[in-house]
Amino acid sequence: MKHVKTLNNANLKKSAATGGCGECQASCQSACKTSCTVANQKCEK
Amino acid sequence: MIHQYSLNGYQIVLDVHSGAIHIVDQVVYDLLKLLSDEKGELKVEMTPVCPEEIKAQLLKSYSEEEIKDAYDEVLELYQGEVLYSKDDYEQYANMMVASPIKAMCLHIAHDCNLRCKYCFASTGDFGGGRKLLSAETGKKAIDFLLKYSKGRKNLELDFFGGEPLMNFDVVKEVVNYARSKEKEYNKNFRFTITTNGVLLDDDKIDFINKEMSNVVLSIDGRKEINDQLRPAVNGKGSYDVIVPKYQKLVANRGKNPGDYDQYYVRGTFTKHNLDFSKDVFHLNELGFDQISVEPVVSPEYAEYAITEKELPRIFEEYETLAKQLIQRKKEGTGFNFFHFMIDLDQGPCAIKRLRGCGCGNEYVAVTPDGDVYPCHQFVGMEDWKMGSVEDLSVDFKKKDYFAKANVYAKEDCKTCWAKFYCSGGCNANNLQYAGDVLKSHKISCELEKKRLECAIMIKAALADLDEE
Ligand code: SF4
Ligand code: SF4
Ligand code: SF4
Repeated sequence: MKHVKTLNNANLKKSAATGGCGECQASCQSACKTSCTVANQKCEK
Repeated sequence: MIHQYSLNGYQIVLDVHSGAIHIVDQVVYDLLKLLSDEKGELKVEMTPVCPEEIKAQLLKSYSEEEIKDAYDEVLELYQGEVLYSKDDYEQYANMMVASPIKAMCLHIAHDCNLRCKYCFASTGDFGGGRKLLSAETGKKAIDFLLKYSKGRKNLELDFFGGEPLMNFDVVKEVVNYARSKEKEYNKNFRFTITTNGVLLDDDKIDFINKEMSNVVLSIDGRKEINDQLRPAVNGKGSYDVIVPKYQKLVANRGKNPGDYDQYYVRGTFTKHNLDFSKDVFHLNELGFDQISVEPVVSPEYAEYAITEKELPRIFEEYETLAKQLIQRKKEGTGFNFFHFMIDLDQGPCAIKRLRGCGCGNEYVAVTPDGDVYPCHQFVGMEDWKMGSVEDLSVDFKKKDYFAKANVYAKEDCKTCWAKFYCSGGCNANNLQYAGDVLKSHKISCELEKKRLECAIMIKAALADLDEE
């Protein structure tokens, strides 16, 4: 493509089909803890 | 739905429901503006050739050929379902509802040796009097987790306060007790601790580096900033006491084989240091490379509060910080700023992203009295108490309420472009400042979205760097 550069694999939909095991870290979005965007967490699968 | 923005010379398009991130040129950027409504939804039909009225508008700035080229590419992305892709996640919204309880915030001490002005815990006691957790109650908390985590293998336990080092013998006892149960129950405990550092000594540092998979070290940055808001009980600042201790802890972290190496120094910024990027860089100069500096969350009336008025200045500061971090990366002196860390490829699954905060569902907080609350921010709100470790009880009605608090249950989140990154914000802040767990706290949303825009822009810049 000349006009567009895509940065990543758009795999969000695929991940919905196979995910949800719940083994990854429970997250807290608040500033008082190790707050983060959920997106920086790791999948344990 | 798409979200498009331009920052630091990059035109960025996020396709919300596929997770695709595209960097586009001006003609595609302008074309997408014309194809979308104000919510970022496609407002025309994607026909094989560009609709006339849209073409007519673009012809003012671009040639016929440029427009055709751009439209063809947009059409290809659309057909490949990485642009204006469909929202078909609601069907998953109720997955992971009956989650086991597998993470706990253990309030080891409702007491503190600092008097931080912005403390949400009323200087450590959460309004319920100064108390230390007993080893006995701590062990019951472990039993509680062993019981309710069911088949989940990885269990998380955060030692929190007040200041947990004020009761460190109990921390040790609880860790040893939990470790002694791991085999029998087939569990893997991950301990973390959040401390203000004042009581750190060699013995505690060794124990923390050996047993705690992450340690959060509180410090606000520059000495004058830290000492203004983080004084000791006697009013003196804490900076000079804690910095050498943190440096020692970090220098030793991960040194022995098998030791953990994750840590964060974390600070809070308030209205008094809207130039907080200076604090971030100051912390880096002190030798730390895992840094988190975050906005204070408080009632509007607090004199240090961040209100809507401060937002433009904060946005500017985030941009400055983002640009400086890119520059540092180029020079080979980059470091991690927690709020800009994002994984565009290997992040968690979409189902996890539907419900960021696990409070009251897979995560609970336990007080020195053994009371169970949805999370540390709910501690002390009597109405939200949801059980006790003393008799291993849980109010499943409350648990169920939180379990269902996913982004599709939150009106604002459902149509928010940031929903798969923010995952619905903080339920406690929502309750305290927006009056309802399911209503979003606007200022937090604006900050979150800005950080996300910066984080993605950094990725775009680093991708350029890789190509060079
Ligand atoms: S309610 Fe807020 S503070 Fe509590 S766990 Fe959720 S995100 Fe964290
Ligand atoms: S471990 Fe991975 S698949 Fe399992 S819930 Fe977490 S992100 Fe999803
Ligand atoms: S909490 Fe705010 S920023 Fe986060 S998903 Fe909801 S509306 Fe969006």
